Amino acid sequence: MSSWRIARIVAAKDLRIEVHSRVLTNQVLPFAGVTMVIFAFALDADSVLERVAPGLIWLATMFSLLVLVQRSFAIETDDGALDAMRVAGLDPRAIYLGKAMALAVELLVLEVVLLFTAIILYRQTIPLNGVVLLVTTLLTATCGLAAVGTLYGGLASGFKGRETLLPLLTLPAVAPVLIGATRAVESALGTAGAVVSDGWSWVGLLAVFAVTFGVGGSLAFGPLIDE
Amino acid sequence: MDNLPPTPDRSNADTVVELHDAVAVLGQFPALAGASVTVRRGEIVLLRGPNGAGKTTLLRLCAGLVPLVRGSGHILGLNLATQRDSVRQNVGLLGHQNGLYFDLTVGENIEFWGSTVGATEAEINAAMERLGVAERLSDLSVRKLSAGQKRRTALACLVVRRAQLWLLDEPHAGLDAVARDELDVTLREAAASGATIIVASHELERAGSLSTRAVDVVAGQIHGGQL
Repeated sequence: MSSWRIARIVAAKDLRIEVHSRVLTNQVLPFAGVTMVIFAFALDADSVLERVAPGLIWLATMFSLLVLVQRSFAIETDDGALDAMRVAGLDPRAIYLGKAMALAVELLVLEVVLLFTAIILYRQTIPLNGVVLLVTTLLTATCGLAAVGTLYGGLASGFKGRETLLPLLTLPAVAPVLIGATRAVESALGTAGAVVSDGWSWVGLLAVFAVTFGVGGSLAFGPLIDE
Repeated sequence: MDNLPPTPDRSNADTVVELHDAVAVLGQFPALAGASVTVRRGEIVLLRGPNGAGKTTLLRLCAGLVPLVRGSGHILGLNLATQRDSVRQNVGLLGHQNGLYFDLTVGENIEFWGSTVGATEAEINAAMERLGVAERLSDLSVRKLSAGQKRRTALACLVVRRAQLWLLDEPHAGLDAVARDELDVTLREAAASGATIIVASHELERAGSLSTRAVDVVAGQIHGGQL
């Protein structure tokens, strides 16, 4: 069976588990929402909030990413399913790709919700000429985050204390996404006079990041989850 | 036998397991210290021995989960040192954990493992009926099952994967008397249809009546392993 087909089966399984357990809707989205509200309280001045809104969206996304990745690998280790997949001889690259795809879908839902939360809470507007840049930024940043999260989630899943190890590994690695996605969204939204054309170079950075971690992760995932 | 999916003949090797002076370590501890054993196709071999003797490590070595440090080992003619990925595709391991997803239903779990090997719906249904997890249990979340029901579901996943070599670690644990009898019938049918089965068990009377041969594992070595 092809690796691509296995990847789709693994992704469908992860999303089906999410549909049953509703962890994203009942836990992660409220967590991200509360984070956004707390930022609003902390940065009370409207002018400051409008200026930093893109960064706050991505900060909330990063924190929520950690919860999603923990959950993604908890379902694999609760009853030894990851071991079972290894024994079944499933291509580790396919497992990695499948889990990253499912994580990307969940992240996209989260980001869209956070974007609308920012529009309401932080009084953001999306100019028409920034829509394409915004959508492209969301897609490329999501791919990068999913690639990094799945790689380090797999690595941490084999260690005791993985709950604390995962943030230590992941947050520094996703810093380029935080910077690039924030700048690109600022350009898309026209924050503080930024123009749309400025954002595309940051999208390029996000794409390079996603490809690098996607390829590297798919190659490294097998050895990382092995003995 | 009507209900059990046939084990596909993916290898002409009559000798399914062949270990010579195999050494496997857990950390620094030599869990297997020069183990030699030969198992022919269709045999049901019982591994006997006290706790910590190396039975589980032997099963994990045969599954390609534990690396072979010294000696030689072949599973279905495939070299354990150099072809571990190929070995895994032909082996099914039921260890102390069941490898199930708690948030999926029984049917969804079996369907997932079946889909990874391209099993048909008829094969999936046959495996579920054989292990008595069809109908009422099929739509129940695994989280709500008893330990015995989880074990039966895990065995159904193994059946639907059509592995040639079944490695079972205490398969009767948690099963009631009826389920144990059904499991024995399933294992005999699997062996009759070409599967080879190695069982590690402390329930010597039951496993002894099931097996065609028994070998003793003592302090990482195997007594009576050669034919």
